[in-house]
Amino acid sequence: MDALLDTFFDWEYIARVLPDLLTTGLINTLILAVCSALLGTVFGLILAVLGLARTRWLRWPARVYTDIFRGLPAILTILLIGQGLAQLVRPIVGTNPYPLGILALSLIAAAYLGETFRSGIQSVEKGQLEASRALGMSHPKAMRLVVIPQGIRRVLPATVNQFISLVKDSSLVYFLGLLADQRELFRIGQDLAANTGNLSPLVAAGMCYLVITVPLTHLVNHIDRRLRTGRRVAGGEHDDPIDAEPDAGNAGALASGQPRGA
Amino acid sequence: MRDVHLSFGSVEVLRGVDLLVERGTTTCVIGPSGSGKSTLLRCVNRLEEPASGDVLLDGQSVIDADPDRLRQRIGMVFQHFNLFPHRTVLDNVTLPLRHVKGLSRTDAEEIARARLAEVGLAHKAPYRPAALSGGQQQRVAIARALAMDPEVMLFDEATSALDPELVKGVLELMARLAGDGMTMIVVTHEMGFARKVADTVAFMDRGRIVESGPPQRVFDAPESPRLATFLSRVL
Repeated sequence: MDALLDTFFDWEYIARVLPDLLTTGLINTLILAVCSALLGTVFGLILAVLGLARTRWLRWPARVYTDIFRGLPAILTILLIGQGLAQLVRPIVGTNPYPLGILALSLIAAAYLGETFRSGIQSVEKGQLEASRALGMSHPKAMRLVVIPQGIRRVLPATVNQFISLVKDSSLVYFLGLLADQRELFRIGQDLAANTGNLSPLVAAGMCYLVITVPLTHLVNHIDRRLRTGRRVAGGEHDDPIDAEPDAGNAGALASGQPRGA
Repeated sequence: MRDVHLSFGSVEVLRGVDLLVERGTTTCVIGPSGSGKSTLLRCVNRLEEPASGDVLLDGQSVIDADPDRLRQRIGMVFQHFNLFPHRTVLDNVTLPLRHVKGLSRTDAEEIARARLAEVGLAHKAPYRPAALSGGQQQRVAIARALAMDPEVMLFDEATSALDPELVKGVLELMARLAGDGMTMIVVTHEMGFARKVADTVAFMDRGRIVESGPPQRVFDAPESPRLATFLSRVL
């Protein structure tokens, strides 16, 4: 039992690896994850809009893209892009594997995010688009101002799942070869674990991942709840839907039913 | 409207509809479900495109018009309100003012607050639509349409989704609007409203306007047997 405990929770090793994890690894993991999340979201939105286009020639490429990048193992895509395009980008970014690693992660995330966004956008009632068009908005304007914002809100939790995957998958960039100060959480834990034959550094790296991912989940659940119920109006402690229905005769009966736009 | 035809697939929804609506009058369209009332309304602002025939607004064919320009002149109110749930009541009204008419935020808010006040809901401006009752939501939808300063208002069963006790407030607002001289086409199942407010009542059945005229004549002395049957069922 003690041996097992030492294998995973040797505090000496954990203490030794922690400074590197926090000063180098955490930051690098966040750089990889945040950049690819941003890029992936932009690509994903474009994919979603293309996937909903009326012309087959726009829908079809989006479909094929999604099938390919969703169907390949992440590590394979990262290696193909990270090594395959390295020659091409060397004049611009040198040997730093981050740009291509981020690109590969974004392209993978975009395939999943695109599908998520598309399902969200499709779930918005037809009446929303109709009402916008009836008010004189063009189709793109109605999508941008009314339909897409609502669609994205509906799939926020699923979107965060994707972001969490990104945080974890950023570890795969280590296959592209990292210099000492380019190492992210996994690589730093892995290095010391390999040198010492003890897994505690990896456990410490794992905790660092949880420190990112768990609050992320809760933060988004919180935002999701707020978006659903609407922001509290300053000073409006109770948001009573039945106050002041001036021209309805029977105010008491209102309390039981508040019909909503279905 | 002149001889408007429209089909969904093999189903003929409108089979030659002719309807004249004078400026400043209210026309109520009544008839059984599936008779094409809503489709007829949606041909006016081209949410549906007629297969043949023409719709003229102010002597100009709407078919030739740019749909977005056309719709700025025509307000529409839907059965299910279709307020934007992710925006506040105020934003629901200012959004088209700012992004369609290109007004500044300040100007748009001034108009929006005035319109909301007219429907008795100025105090609800900062709330989300979900915090309002159905009747209040529909009144906001009317304010949103009116804020665009339309020449014609279309009402598509505006009270059908409301609890009975909320219907009255919305109908009163519509009656007031009619009294103020707005040109309105109202698809409705509220026969009391049609009788009291309409200048013309048009009865539709199976894609045609079977009978139309002033409410007294349509309701008290129906000529066609189909209208008589319909009235005996709903009244």
